[in-house]
Amino acid sequence: MIKTTNLNLFYKDFHALKNVNLRIKEKVITAMIGPSGCGKSTLLRVFNRMNDLVEGTRITGDVLINDKNIYCPDCDLTALRKKVGMVFQRPNVFPLSIFDNVSYGPKVWGITNKTTLSEIVENSLKGVNLLEELEGQLKQPALSLSLEKQQRLCIARLLAVEPEVLLMDEPCSALDPISTAKIEELMVELKNKYTIVIVTHNMQQAARIADEVGFMLLGELIEFDKTSKIFTNPADEKTANYISGRFG
Amino acid sequence: MKDKIARWTLLVIAFSAVLALLLITFFIFQQGVPLIFKAGLKNFFSTQWSPTHGKFGISSMIVGSLMVTFGALLIGVPLGLSCAIFLTEFSSKTLQKNLKPVIELLAGIPSVVYGFIGIIVLVPFIREHIGGPGFSVLASSIILGIMILPTIVSISYDSLLVVPGTYRAGSLALGATKWQTVTMVLIPAARSGIITSIILGMGRAVGETMAVIMIAGNALKIPHSILDPVRTITSTIALELSYSVGDHRMALFACGTILFIIIIILNIIATKLTRRT
Repeated sequence: MIKTTNLNLFYKDFHALKNVNLRIKEKVITAMIGPSGCGKSTLLRVFNRMNDLVEGTRITGDVLINDKNIYCPDCDLTALRKKVGMVFQRPNVFPLSIFDNVSYGPKVWGITNKTTLSEIVENSLKGVNLLEELEGQLKQPALSLSLEKQQRLCIARLLAVEPEVLLMDEPCSALDPISTAKIEELMVELKNKYTIVIVTHNMQQAARIADEVGFMLLGELIEFDKTSKIFTNPADEKTANYISGRFG
Repeated sequence: MKDKIARWTLLVIAFSAVLALLLITFFIFQQGVPLIFKAGLKNFFSTQWSPTHGKFGISSMIVGSLMVTFGALLIGVPLGLSCAIFLTEFSSKTLQKNLKPVIELLAGIPSVVYGFIGIIVLVPFIREHIGGPGFSVLASSIILGIMILPTIVSISYDSLLVVPGTYRAGSLALGATKWQTVTMVLIPAARSGIITSIILGMGRAVGETMAVIMIAGNALKIPHSILDPVRTITSTIALELSYSVGDHRMALFACGTILFIIIIILNIIATKLTRRT
């Protein structure tokens, strides 16, 4: 479970997240929606501390993942990122072979045994329904795959390090509708095992796959509730205006 | 009309550069190749160099050139590559902005100055603290290693810089450390640029003449240790051309031909590798 209390985030002088309080439940899909620049991606990057890479970022408030403060001074960043994996907007497979892409994480974490690595790669690819399609071509460069398969491969690469949470930052924005449907299907399948937080600009997508939805605007979390509630009977007028397409 | 004039003028000027290359190539081969056949390959690739007595063996010089070049790479590549990695991955923007021009300034120092520093500082140091005459493979390798730094640093730097930031993010997001990201993702991704930088540095080291003449000792034999003096192909040409006549002069052109072939091969490899990405 992910829990934030009075979370504020600043990029130098810019107040990017304002007093965000939310609870993300385990093993469901939570979607964050809102117009561009509302802070939804920034919020996502709070959970694996990728914002730390941006110079001048400052955070106040608490972020707990499974009751552990992830912003404690002596926190192990790499261990956090292993536990909380991230899928990016554009598939970012490494310019290595398919096998090396998936085995990258385990290798980073010290697994060198070839048989173990092969097993992990197989299981991870099976987890994203790629194993049969890629049978016998694991030595091929990953960049030769279609974008959809690349994105699946990126997810497989995460599964290989056995994460608990999957953060997805508009994972389908580079994909066509058919590929998008396949990735969505995969996400629904994965939520049995993983807590998934997805950021999307596509409200239909949120409605299709998410169990809970948070609506953000100008750095504030306006409303957070069950998907059906947000889309049929939102409590806040701004949410209503956004989902009915009056702005955004 | 004006466009036409501009076009033709530029065409002629552009081709004059190509023409210069063709002329040089033709001239060197025309002057050098006949002697190789006259002397015979066995004579030409022996170790006996006594051109006024009909002995044209350039093996010891080829070995000399290869040794100092290899030595230069041994020193220049790790230094240059770590420098490029430090600049792109581990240093602040301001440090990057200030340090890179300084390294590129190294390329602007005349080679005779490198040679001078070699004679004044490096050669006596090696003689007193390590052994041998000081004028040696080691001294030449160190100086050449420094001379090829700008080439290796700036080309590796550029190729690391164009590696998409998403690779870094992807790797870090998997819990890799920065160092793991560098060695396991960034270097493979920038591989062709890095190899190109090494090959161009190699070309520079093979061709360097003045600094090497000043510190290599120029003894005509195959060195037995890195503390022995050595003579390279370029040194031989530069040292002997002024007093050579007849076959001796032709033999020096033959040396030039061999040098030319080595450098052309290196450049072709470099272009091939850069084009592949």
